[in-house]
Amino acid sequence: MTSTFLPDKRSGPDVGVPSPAAGPARGRTRRRAVHWLTAVGFQVPALVLFGTLVLLPMLFALYASFFRWGGFGMPDDYIGGDNFTRLFQDPVFLGDLWRCLLLVGLSLLLQLPFALALAVALNQRIRGRAVYRMLFFAPYILSEAITGVLFSMIFAPDDGLADHVLGAIGLDGVGGQWFADPSTVMATLFLVMTWKYFGFHMMLYLAGLQSIPAELTEAALIDGAGPWQRFRNVTLPLLAPTLRISVFLSVIGSIQLFDLVWVVTAGGPDHHSETMAVTMFQYGFKRYQVGYASAISVAMFGISLVFALAYQRFVLRRDLQGATTTMRGGGS
Amino acid sequence: MGVPLVYAVLSGFKSTDQLSRNPIGLPDPWITSNYTDILGSGSFWQLVGSSTLIAAGTTAVVVAVSALAAFSFARFAFRGREMLFTLFTMGLMFPFAVAALPLFLLLRSMGLLDNPLGVILPQAAFGLPMTIVILRGFFREIPAELEEAATLDGCGPLGFFWRILLPMARPALGTVSVLAVVGSWNNFLLPLLVFNEPTWWTIPIGVQQFQGQYSAEYARVFAYLVLAMVPALAFYAVAERQLVGGLTAGATKG
Repeated sequence: MTSTFLPDKRSGPDVGVPSPAAGPARGRTRRRAVHWLTAVGFQVPALVLFGTLVLLPMLFALYASFFRWGGFGMPDDYIGGDNFTRLFQDPVFLGDLWRCLLLVGLSLLLQLPFALALAVALNQRIRGRAVYRMLFFAPYILSEAITGVLFSMIFAPDDGLADHVLGAIGLDGVGGQWFADPSTVMATLFLVMTWKYFGFHMMLYLAGLQSIPAELTEAALIDGAGPWQRFRNVTLPLLAPTLRISVFLSVIGSIQLFDLVWVVTAGGPDHHSETMAVTMFQYGFKRYQVGYASAISVAMFGISLVFALAYQRFVLRRDLQGATTTMRGGGS
Repeated sequence: MGVPLVYAVLSGFKSTDQLSRNPIGLPDPWITSNYTDILGSGSFWQLVGSSTLIAAGTTAVVVAVSALAAFSFARFAFRGREMLFTLFTMGLMFPFAVAALPLFLLLRSMGLLDNPLGVILPQAAFGLPMTIVILRGFFREIPAELEEAATLDGCGPLGFFWRILLPMARPALGTVSVLAVVGSWNNFLLPLLVFNEPTWWTIPIGVQQFQGQYSAEYARVFAYLVLAMVPALAFYAVAERQLVGGLTAGATKG
């Protein structure tokens, strides 16, 4: 760590301030305090903003989750853990958990391998590589709201592009209700998510691929390794840190999914595409069961936190060493 | 991949009647009134203006506040630093939806509903973790010798920060600014909660409302969508390098 502003025990003699010899201990203590205040002073705006608008609401959600509360005045009807008991008996919330797992599974099994394959393909010297990159990444720039409206029209029953294309190639009966049919709504949503997000993961992989020294692949080539062997034994292990990050972001994204679902289906038909965030929104802002909605928030936070901590502990540990040495320091 | 986009652009040039008779082919005749009507109406430009103002405000706040904090994290050794930094990095995994409800109540009690600050400040607050992590990485790479030289020349911490560190970190500041702009531009949930009145609606809200209002006039909605996409895609074309660099740096350093 480079610091010359604060002379502490570790950083040796202070070259910055022409100090009046080594003053009495009291002067040193005072100087230390001044330096501490300077350092922390720079943090104050960030702490105020983060404390009031991020931490405080989170803590309040935790508090409110123990009350039956309509959202006006202060919560006063304390009911202990009843909201949570209700939560884990609520078929909609249990369905949310199941749908979340479904999206995570589909993303890991289909979306990310697809993104990886395209990244490997685009990492070759092919014509128009830059254009493909732009094209695949462009959906990521569009908001989920715009993406949602676009695809709700493309998959509109009967009139949408999807049905017309299927009709044109002689598959009349295949499409149909898309977002309106409980049995197809999640698959269609997943298709839209893939369209929007695989480009982001592809870009991550491309960045990772470029950091792999070409000599390694060339050496494998000279040793007679085929394309699959080169990929399996050279590229994949070296790309592992990038893959782990991408999986992490994908899972966290699935847990938090809201915008797309709200715009396209608002959770319907009959809760069949609802996510935790949508359920929270329904209870909190439409039905004014703010205490119960807070319990959903807390559950979402708990799930994200447990996943993130476990992932950091067991999967990311090797990657984080060196990259962010501070993570091992105090607190965590 | 580009098919949905091309389809939307072409459909915007059809009439709704034409769209249902001839959904896939080229428009015949090409009708421009869908696009021109929207461009001629004040409400669309109001959305663009509001989105721009909110994105600019969010970016200014989050970059300024994060730069100060990242400076302190990168260049000072002080008691409690690791604990504070962990606090902010924890923020990387807080889903916004978790805080949405109490945040709404807080903003209501502060009188910030239907006020652009009600979106700008929370967006900046939730952007802090990522911005601080990225900026701290960059600030650490500026050599200590420069700091020593500046100190010998009489710079205090603030002088070093303002006169040397910030100008040197301009590429990094560009990257985090681009990320902040895109994040703000695409945000949906927070503006949805905060803005009841159309005065401050942003583009994502406007698009959703427009579709609700003209649900039967497909061609118009397509034209509206295309126009709503233009600013984001244009910004992307200009800032692609910084955006992609920032996302990959943020993702791997976070």
